[in-house]
Amino acid sequence: MSSSKQALARAASSAEAAPGSTPGAARGARGRGAPADADSWRSRLYRWDMKASPYAFVAPFFLLFGAFSLVPLLYTAWYSLHNVQLSALDHQTWAGLDNYRNLLSSDFFWNALKNTFSIGVISTVPQLLAALALAHLLNYKLRGSTVWRVVMLTPYATSVAAATLVFTLLYSWDGGMVNWFLDFFGVGPVNWRESDWGSQFAVSSIVIWRWTGYNALIYLAAMQAIPADLYESAAIDGANRWQQFRHVTIPQLRPTILFTVVVSTIGATQLFGEPLLFGGVSGSKGGSEHQYQTLGLYMYDQGWIIGNLGKASAIAWSMFLILLIIAAVNLLLTRRLRKSQ
Amino acid sequence: MRTSIRRSHRLMALTAVAALATGLLAGCANDSDDGTSDNSGGDGGGGKGRITLTIGTFGVFGYKQAGLYDEYMRLHKDINIKENVTTRTDVYWPKVLTRLQAGSGTDDVQAIEVGNITEAVQTQADKFVDLGKEVDKSQWLDWKNAQATAKDGKLIGLGTDIGPMAICYRKDLFKKAGLETDRTKLAAQWKGDWAKYVDLGKQYMKKAPDGTKFVDSASSVYNAALGGADTRYYDKDGNVVWDKSAGVKKAWDAAMTVATSDMSAKLKQFDKPWDQGFANGTFASVACPAWMLGQIEEKAGDSGKGNWDVAAAPTAANWGGSFLGVPTAGKHQKEAIEFVKWLTAPEQQAKVFAKQASFPSTPSAYASLKPASDTTAYFSNAPITQIFADSAKTIPVQYFGVKDQPINSALTDVGILQVEQRGKSPEQGWDAAKNEIKDVLGQ
Repeated sequence: MSSSKQALARAASSAEAAPGSTPGAARGARGRGAPADADSWRSRLYRWDMKASPYAFVAPFFLLFGAFSLVPLLYTAWYSLHNVQLSALDHQTWAGLDNYRNLLSSDFFWNALKNTFSIGVISTVPQLLAALALAHLLNYKLRGSTVWRVVMLTPYATSVAAATLVFTLLYSWDGGMVNWFLDFFGVGPVNWRESDWGSQFAVSSIVIWRWTGYNALIYLAAMQAIPADLYESAAIDGANRWQQFRHVTIPQLRPTILFTVVVSTIGATQLFGEPLLFGGVSGSKGGSEHQYQTLGLYMYDQGWIIGNLGKASAIAWSMFLILLIIAAVNLLLTRRLRKSQ
Repeated sequence: MRTSIRRSHRLMALTAVAALATGLLAGCANDSDDGTSDNSGGDGGGGKGRITLTIGTFGVFGYKQAGLYDEYMRLHKDINIKENVTTRTDVYWPKVLTRLQAGSGTDDVQAIEVGNITEAVQTQADKFVDLGKEVDKSQWLDWKNAQATAKDGKLIGLGTDIGPMAICYRKDLFKKAGLETDRTKLAAQWKGDWAKYVDLGKQYMKKAPDGTKFVDSASSVYNAALGGADTRYYDKDGNVVWDKSAGVKKAWDAAMTVATSDMSAKLKQFDKPWDQGFANGTFASVACPAWMLGQIEEKAGDSGKGNWDVAAAPTAANWGGSFLGVPTAGKHQKEAIEFVKWLTAPEQQAKVFAKQASFPSTPSAYASLKPASDTTAYFSNAPITQIFADSAKTIPVQYFGVKDQPINSALTDVGILQVEQRGKSPEQGWDAAKNEIKDVLGQ
């Protein structure tokens, strides 16, 4: 800490030494030798510190953001307007909006968009409902509550690859545990990977398993911030536990719920690892009829398997635009929510 | 005292955060089964004055397993060898392409799979050293050299292994199903046509032992049959002719017979469930390029020992195989060229074969080829070397194209899979593959 502050101070003073670089420079020169000098020097330093330090502290983020996010983002936009092949990166030809036109007329793109949406819904909705229920249970006084909380977070800490591998085996068509279990209820084996809803459900279940605990903890934190007297007065009014949950907890959680919905939606839009690994060999196809090919997978397939980076970039930007729309909707919702309060 | 306590607290918190961060990063590093891992050969000492040659490979090349890196380092005290392995080709190749074009980050030696060799020859030839001047080209099979030769005669890679075809089958299951079990008689039964092999499958299914199928997948039959065709997806001049190719049609038809009947275990090759299929013995035969032997031995394990046998395939065919090239961006080109020459020389190829049955692309090695005694015993003492060598000598010259792999994937992972697992008709499967290929070719 202290050494970095010194470095800052040094930087600040050397900047001051540059002629006319700061308005304070003249004043400093006038007071040379006077006892007030130390004070003004220190106060100038202090003011400098106050002004510059925050920027210095956040600078690393923005430098990294610029180098690894902004530049690639703009470069991708540039790519998306060109015909770029993976095997000939130096020979880009201007394509205008061809890549986008191509996308809009491509069944594969609309299919991927539809899948992203449907997998998004069947993974996000049950996930958040379950998280809410779990958080509610954990909010009671429980023995070993820390243990429960840690347990809930373990799926989140598991790597996508490990989790997906296990799920792939569970959902294996032939000899998988899920089909074995279904057999007890007289349900014939489901081809989890090659059926439409089966595959989407399977992929969603991996997402649900990984993220429910995480969202539950967020809800739990918000629940614990709800003042106890709200519940007390509700109880005095004769509200039972369910009514308390509905009329006290849920309204108080509204901003948090909105937050998790937005974050989960963004996650769902970018869904990639789970379906890719679930598909196994040539998983980027997302099944033989692309029944679980998400936008992320379609982008990867176009860019790195087929080698059409221009089109892949157009997909990337389309995804970005979709996220912007989601963000705008979120903004509108938040505003309305605030007004209604 | 107080501050020191506070400081130690802070230190502990910092340590915890650091530990957590490394843990998470390590987690990321292990995140994908297709990530890269470093396999430092030898003692990893990397002593003073030694140069480190890096070699980029995918899958299992077997050089390390056969002790070739150690041997080379013993012969050349000044060289240290480091292998960068990427498990999957479809992850490995895009990475190599970008690095070649960036002119940095390539390994000194870069492996190229046969499915990518045409793309490399046609688009990246200037990024590779011409190895044709360095070796006696006649050591290799002609068609192997031809695949890695650019229009101007530049040879961008030296052949490593090839995948001559045979059929591996479970003797015990064949017997229970009332089929012939003798390898020469079986080979005679299906000689000349993959359709005959598939017909035998229908016979197998009539008396199939419980829970077993004739073959692992329709796609494997397709790939094997296609491997023996004169024309694949491209003609000699590099035009896409996949939908007019007689070879594709024939292979497709054989695969459709499999996909529309009950003889397929409906597994996807190189998937975990496929591995389990070997272990549980759920299919009785599999199209068997030489490298498949190692796969079977490893995945089927002890339960399959002595039950598997090898017979000649209906037609001579090739499936898979690789090349080693030296990128011009490499730091130690001279040493890398020597290293590649040594690795692909007949003697070394024979050693790899002895270790894991990757079949040499240099015919002079065939006379002295000896598979590991374990392997021979595992496959019922079949004359493995002879079967594969016979196939290797009559493999037709095949022309590959720039988008060979995505086209193949469209036919197997979309077209055939739809028929096999989603109950589509062969016509629907064909149309789906056609749409997919249009997308691949940007038509």
